[in-house]
Amino acid sequence: MPDTAKIRPARPLGAGAWIGQVLLYGLFALAIGVFSQWPPYRHLGEDQALIKLSFSRVGKPVGDCRTLSAAELAKLPPNMRAPTVCPRERSPVTVEVDLNGTTVLKRIAPPTGLSKDGASAVYERLVVPAGEHLITVRLSDDVRARDQAYRHESTVKLVPGQVLVIDFDAGKGGITLQ
Amino acid sequence: MQRPTASFRQHGLKVWRTIEGGFDTAFGSALNPLRHLGAIGFLAFWLLAASGVVLFIFFDTSVAGAWRSIEELSRLPLGLGRLLRGLHRYAADVLVLAMGLHLLREWLHGHERGFRRFHWLTGVPLIGFVFVGAIGGFWINWDELGQFSAIASLEWFDALPMMAAPLARNFLAVEAVSDRLFSLFVFVHIGVPLLLLFGLWFHIQRVTRAAVMPPRALALGLLATLAVLALAWPVTSHAPAALARVPGELRLDWILLFLHPLTYATSPAFVWVLVGGGTLLLFALPFLPQPARAAVAVVDAANCNGCRRCFADCPYAAITMVPHPNQRIGRTLAQVDPDLCAGCGICAGACPSSTPFRSAAQLVTGIDMPQLTVSALRRQLQQALAASPSARPLVVFGCDHGARCSNLGGADVSPFSLLCTGQLPPSFVEYALRDGAAGVLVAACSEGGCEFRLGERWTAERLAGQREPHLRASVARERLELVFAGPGDEAQLLAGLERLRRRVIPLEPDADLPARLHHA
Repeated sequence: MPDTAKIRPARPLGAGAWIGQVLLYGLFALAIGVFSQWPPYRHLGEDQALIKLSFSRVGKPVGDCRTLSAAELAKLPPNMRAPTVCPRERSPVTVEVDLNGTTVLKRIAPPTGLSKDGASAVYERLVVPAGEHLITVRLSDDVRARDQAYRHESTVKLVPGQVLVIDFDAGKGGITLQ
Repeated sequence: MQRPTASFRQHGLKVWRTIEGGFDTAFGSALNPLRHLGAIGFLAFWLLAASGVVLFIFFDTSVAGAWRSIEELSRLPLGLGRLLRGLHRYAADVLVLAMGLHLLREWLHGHERGFRRFHWLTGVPLIGFVFVGAIGGFWINWDELGQFSAIASLEWFDALPMMAAPLARNFLAVEAVSDRLFSLFVFVHIGVPLLLLFGLWFHIQRVTRAAVMPPRALALGLLATLAVLALAWPVTSHAPAALARVPGELRLDWILLFLHPLTYATSPAFVWVLVGGGTLLLFALPFLPQPARAAVAVVDAANCNGCRRCFADCPYAAITMVPHPNQRIGRTLAQVDPDLCAGCGICAGACPSSTPFRSAAQLVTGIDMPQLTVSALRRQLQQALAASPSARPLVVFGCDHGARCSNLGGADVSPFSLLCTGQLPPSFVEYALRDGAAGVLVAACSEGGCEFRLGERWTAERLAGQREPHLRASVARERLELVFAGPGDEAQLLAGLERLRRRVIPLEPDADLPARLHHA
């Protein structure tokens, strides 16, 4: 490796250049130090809380199951002669949230999958003032039923920064608040 | 009429060069950090890898243990933990800054097009790898900042229509977060940087002598700066993650995490359009209308002896050696890949058959540039010296991309602007002196500022006799002035010319040299 210092001896740096280097290194450090921690960021206001509405639920089939007639069964291969057929497609899940008597959220979650036979999923955020709220949640997972299948109403007291999760758990009776 | 983008780029380049000039004053051109941005990015990556390996030894990859293990690390004696942690975080910030400035500098110089298209296109995906790897680093600490970043990232991803179930549901409740999730975190924070390393290899594989480390003095300066910063301004954790609460005030790293606040201030869709659109634009830039490419080097098999000097000196690995068509055993021939050739002419300057002392009327060299052949350069030099009104003319060999030499003052000056100073075979200096020149000035770009990366370095080494082909030792060095002057450094060029003029005026014509070769 050739000694490049012999080819072009480095111009000796004056005191000003050294001070400049120190200043530039210092500015660089300051910029990184400052912007890696400052300005502070607040995701919610100091008097706000967050409601997360989230569930993943497979809706009811869009139609009734039908019993096949003997003639229809006879047309099928012997190994496929199931007595009833049900539609694969699932109902979209509709959910509404009222806060203190006012509807603040309404979502219709379509079933996933190419055959629309998957779960319907919702994830929504509601930033609300901290304090006491009357929350009403209505959920319907069957297009054939006129009324909402599930309903939950309760009064909650939210402290600033609290996250209230509205979920659906059939094992716990439906709509849950936690 | 000039396109607005071209004008914008030119103005930007002017500003950039002004700033670069300021840094030259403080650091000198060889150590100017703005000329080593890619290498600084590499340094930051090595630092991240080294500190990350040590951090990982202490790290407990579990929900309950992650935060605690990093807190314990911070309490290592002698500030070692603080140093490690600070270096790791601040190196990530440096990597992002160096990458952004590197991208800007290359674009301002028009380096997204032509033979550099490959480097540009392989560089764009690295931006994504860097950010994904860096953001994942906040998650594994699993403090309030990590919680916020993880949820914000997944809520952003959930905006994509392809998601069947919201990913952010994984962070709804404490029970949902398990130790297995840390396998994903570790993949994001270690696996993606490994992909980044692989991508970096692609990015530089068509570059000869790629700089993967800045000059030692600069590297030490940066390391010392980061170490002082890490100790003086330590990186600390927030409170442990608590999914039942939204973190209050966060000390956000705006360099690495700016996308999160931007997403909440606008919308996930807006940020997707911004990121996707920006990425598409970067990918599209090399394909926009651009100036015609420079002619590439041409090999003449009859004059190529397979010495490999062009192969060794090409900055872009555009030359390979193949069996010579004359079928003599062991004889090779240079072959130019037109897609990789920059058209800089450094290969012509490296070719031993490029010497102007050859007696052939039509000088054909082993490898040459069609737009300015060695033969044409010799002819122009002869004509200029013959036509010079001065009895003791000065010859200047400059560079199209460096300080402008074409309008240098003085009737005694014969300037020649080359494709790159590296195109100059050193024997031309001796030839010019033998042909009547009183002195020769060679103007290369400032160190590290060569448009073709290595031209100024090879020129300096060849003239110093440290690289082949070298300038013969018998050539009087007082008749040669080597100046490093980049674009805009015309004053430096003039000063160098004046130094040469003052030096050669008192000198008698060299008695050892024969009379003018062609027009005595």
